Order: sequence, then C-alpha cells, then structure tokens
Amino acid sequence: MADVTLNNIVKTYNKGEVKAVNNVSFEINKGELFGLIGADGSGKTSIFRILTTLLLPDSGTASINGFDVIKDYKTIRKNIGYMPGKFSLYQDLSVQENLDFFATIFNTTVKENYDLIKDIYIQLEPFKTRKAGKLSGGMKQKLALCCALIHRPTVLLLDEPTTGVDVVSRKEFWEILKGLKQQGITILVSTPYMDEANLCERIALLQNGSIMSIDRPNNIVKQFPDTLFAMRANDMGRLQNVLRSNKLIKSCFSFGDFHHVTMDSGELTMDNLEKQLIESGFQNVIIKEITPTVEDCFIYLMGNAMEN
Amino acid sequence: MKKQVDKSLVIKAEKLTKRFGDFIAVNEVTFEVCAGEIFGFLGANGAGKTTAMKMLCGLSTPTSGNAAIAGFDIYKQPEQIKKSIGYMSQKFSLYEDLTVIENIQFFGGIYGLSDKQLKGKSDELIETLGLKNETKKLVSSLPLGWKQKLAFSVAVLHEPKIVFLDEPTGGVDPVTRRQFWDLIYQASDRGITIFVTTHYMDEAEYCNRISIMVDGVIKALDTPINLKKAYSTNSMDEVFYKLARGAERSG
Repeated sequence: MADVTLNNIVKTYNKGEVKAVNNVSFEINKGELFGLIGADGSGKTSIFRILTTLLLPDSGTASINGFDVIKDYKTIRKNIGYMPGKFSLYQDLSVQENLDFFATIFNTTVKENYDLIKDIYIQLEPFKTRKAGKLSGGMKQKLALCCALIHRPTVLLLDEPTTGVDVVSRKEFWEILKGLKQQGITILVSTPYMDEANLCERIALLQNGSIMSIDRPNNIVKQFPDTLFAMRANDMGRLQNVLRSNKLIKSCFSFGDFHHVTMDSGELTMDNLEKQLIESGFQNVIIKEITPTVEDCFIYLMGNAMEN
Repeated sequence: MKKQVDKSLVIKAEKLTKRFGDFIAVNEVTFEVCAGEIFGFLGANGAGKTTAMKMLCGLSTPTSGNAAIAGFDIYKQPEQIKKSIGYMSQKFSLYEDLTVIENIQFFGGIYGLSDKQLKGKSDELIETLGLKNETKKLVSSLPLGWKQKLAFSVAVLHEPKIVFLDEPTGGVDPVTRRQFWDLIYQASDRGITIFVTTHYMDEAEYCNRISIMVDGVIKALDTPINLKKAYSTNSMDEVFYKLARGAERSG
C-alpha cells in the first residue's frame, strides 16, 4: 500500500485569487525516495503543509500511512518527521538540548533511537554544546534532520533541505538520505536543484501548482520529444543570438559551457548547421548529440504549459 | 552593443583580512576585478564569502589589508563606495509592501537620481521588463522570477560601477534563471562590473573569471576553462568539489 496519497488536492489563497496547488494527485510507495522538483512558488511548500496537517486543503483528500490528514491529524503528527524549509529549531538551545527536547516531546529518548541518527550525529558531536543558532548552514541542516528522525518516523518530509547549501554538503546530505531509505523510511523531499532529481527514485515536476510530469527520472528524460544537441563556439553570446534567429532552430538555452539546442531535423542536419555557423564566422564549433537532462525536460514542459 | 574595452580595475583587494576574536573569517585575500567583467565569487558554506562581500561593499571594516573599490579606499571612503555600487541578494531586494513604481522611486531617490533622471530611467525599466500593467501592484504579489528581475534592474538603476549579487537566482525556475543572466550580460555590456555568488555550477560557466574560496582563503582564481583544465575535468561541479571537499569549516 502507498504510504502517502494525494487525491485532487486544491489549495488557494487570498479568497481564491492565488491557486497554489491545482488538482494535484500522486502516491508514494512504502520505502520510496520521492522528489518534488520545482521553483519557489510552484506549490511545494503548500503540499508539505497539507501533508503535515498544518494547512487544510480547499478540496481533495490526502493521507499518510492510511490516516486522513484532516480526521486523523493527531495520529499523523506522531508518525511523521518534518523538516520545514525555514530553519525551525530553537536557536538558543544547544545541539544536545534541541535533540533531547524533540525526543521528549515525542515520548522517547535519544538513546532509544540513537542507531537511526548515529551516522549523522557523529559529525555534530564535536559541537554538541554549541547553540543551534551559531551553527553553520550545513550543520544546522544535519541537526534539523536528526531532530526530525529522533522518534523513528515512518514517513520523512523534507522541504528544500539543500537550498542555499554548497555542493559538498549537498552531496553528503543525499548520501545520508540513501542510508535512511535503506532503513525502510519513506521519504518525500523537495528541491529547486534539477540535478538532484536524478538522485530520487521517482519525481514530480511542479510548476504553478500543477504537476507537469511524474515518473522515474530516466523515463522523464526518455519522453523528451526531440533530438537534443549541445553546441559551443568561440562567441557563446552571439551563437545564442544567431541560433535563436534561425527559423529551423526550435529552441536554444544556455547550459553552462554549451547551448542545448533542438531543431527541425527534417530540414537541418548537424553537418550543414556546422557549415552554416563556420560560414557566419564562428570558430571552434562543436556540435554533438546528447541525452537530455531533467532540466531540459523541465524547460520543455514549461514551454508547453505556457502554450496551453 | 560592443563590449567596452576597459582594462581599468574596479576592485583591487590586497591581503584583505577580517578577524572575529581568534577566528579568521577572511585570511589575506588578494584579487583584482576589471571594469565590465563578470566575476563569480564561489565558495563553500562558511568559507567567508559574505564577510568578504561586506568589506567590499563598505559595510564592514577590515582587520588588515587594503582594498580599493571603484577607486575609493575601503577604510577612508566607505560612503563613496556605497554610492558607486549596487547590491541585491535573494533575501533582501525590494520592499514587498511597496508597489513596483514606489520601489523604483524609493531606490532611485536613495541613490541620488534627480526627478527627471528617475522618470526616464523608470519608464525605460518598466518597458524593458514588460511591467507596464503591474506598476501599481504591490511587489509581494509578483512571482519570484519577476521580483528578482525587477530587483536587479533597480540595483543598476543609477548605473553603478559594480553590482554585487548574492545568490540572485536561488529558487528561481530554469527559464527565468536564464532570462536573469540575459540581464546580467546586458549590464556587463554597458560596462557595469558584475560580482556574483551562486550555488548553480552551470552559472559559474557564464562568468569571465571565478574565484573559489575555502576556509577564508581564495584557493583558485581563473577562467572556467582554465580551472577545468587545471583540475583535469570537464565539469565545474567537479572542480568545486575537489577544492572544497577538504574544507575544515564546511558542513
């Protein structure tokens, strides 16, 4: 059975003026690592707040471990672990005091569930007497995760745990999540970083409160409708302008040191485009066929959503 | 528009240092940035980026070392520095409870534009961003992407020598993120120097040069291409990881 289900959830603010969540349905299986991928304002946090029983939906139903988010909110609150996007521990309590506090609130002790947090807590232990407010970003994030885990939740809900965190800490954090998944904990995690999508088993791509696509990352990538090319040349700014003004080019977006390009392949081939570019004065032209990333798919789907 | 060929330095930092008690947040940092350059200022969490940026903006006095920003001395002329720069961050950019036009007028006024200049500038800005129908709306009601584009345009309203951008694209959708960089390129073409921090490694590629700070020192500074060569990899992500992995202050 699914551990988390949402059926046609709608949430509006300002008397219906702002539609934050627009008819969203999905299920997360037991032990699954599921990602909500979307920018700020796409509805991620509203979904988290509905699932954690902190916000009532306008319509639709949702449940966790079979318990309804409205009727059974007290049971759900005992069973879940929640790490909000905003750091919400007590800044003026120490690392150890925060942990003891949350364990006590959930009627348990740090000792009882220590095995679950041990690998993370070891890194915090040298700072256990430091006030939470004085920790670095990465350490705060680890402490918040420990506090969310201390009562051994069945479902862990993490709202943008890696936002504003550097590449090294982000990699470590995803390693930790993999470990928790292996212990059978169901995890819902949201992120604005598209590269983290591949680390989830399944993902939902969210934009303006609606799910644009939901699947395994490799299946989402397979659904990209065009052949995708990566291109570079000596003048990347001009290359983008030249490509965008070419009627046979369908799309052109910068992706680091390459532009990702789709074209009308009936009319244009890699070879004759390269020739054209060299004739227009570009040097060191490289064109190669590549596999799309989740970000390519996200941009494509956003374009589709805007047309409809 | 042709990029201004101007090799003059707008940032010159020499052994810039900031201590808090026995903690050295920024440790003898030396670097230069040219006019019109897009300079990426990267680093691990806790590496000292924010402290360094505060000193460069004239908001925090260094413990030792020297720096000149837009030709002004960081110790003696912090007020002139503040007039010559623009600043925006993900956290602080615009007043949410003022309208679009009120924000433009407020910041334009603070930066000392005359009423006439302000009128011309604000008309131009509203036109470029396509905000004609939104001028009387509260900033809080705008989507984040629009807010960030407006905040950037306001930060360069007075045509500063340098604009400091602290994680300007955090949380922004992938299409808007790229439109934001179009604005950065346009400002750079006008000769404005861009000093930008980001956690998106693809954005590091859009910079002319980047520095990577670890534990209070600049561990690497070069063009993205040269850095990738030096660390034998084709991804900036990997360059950053190799440099920051050993950080004592990270995590």
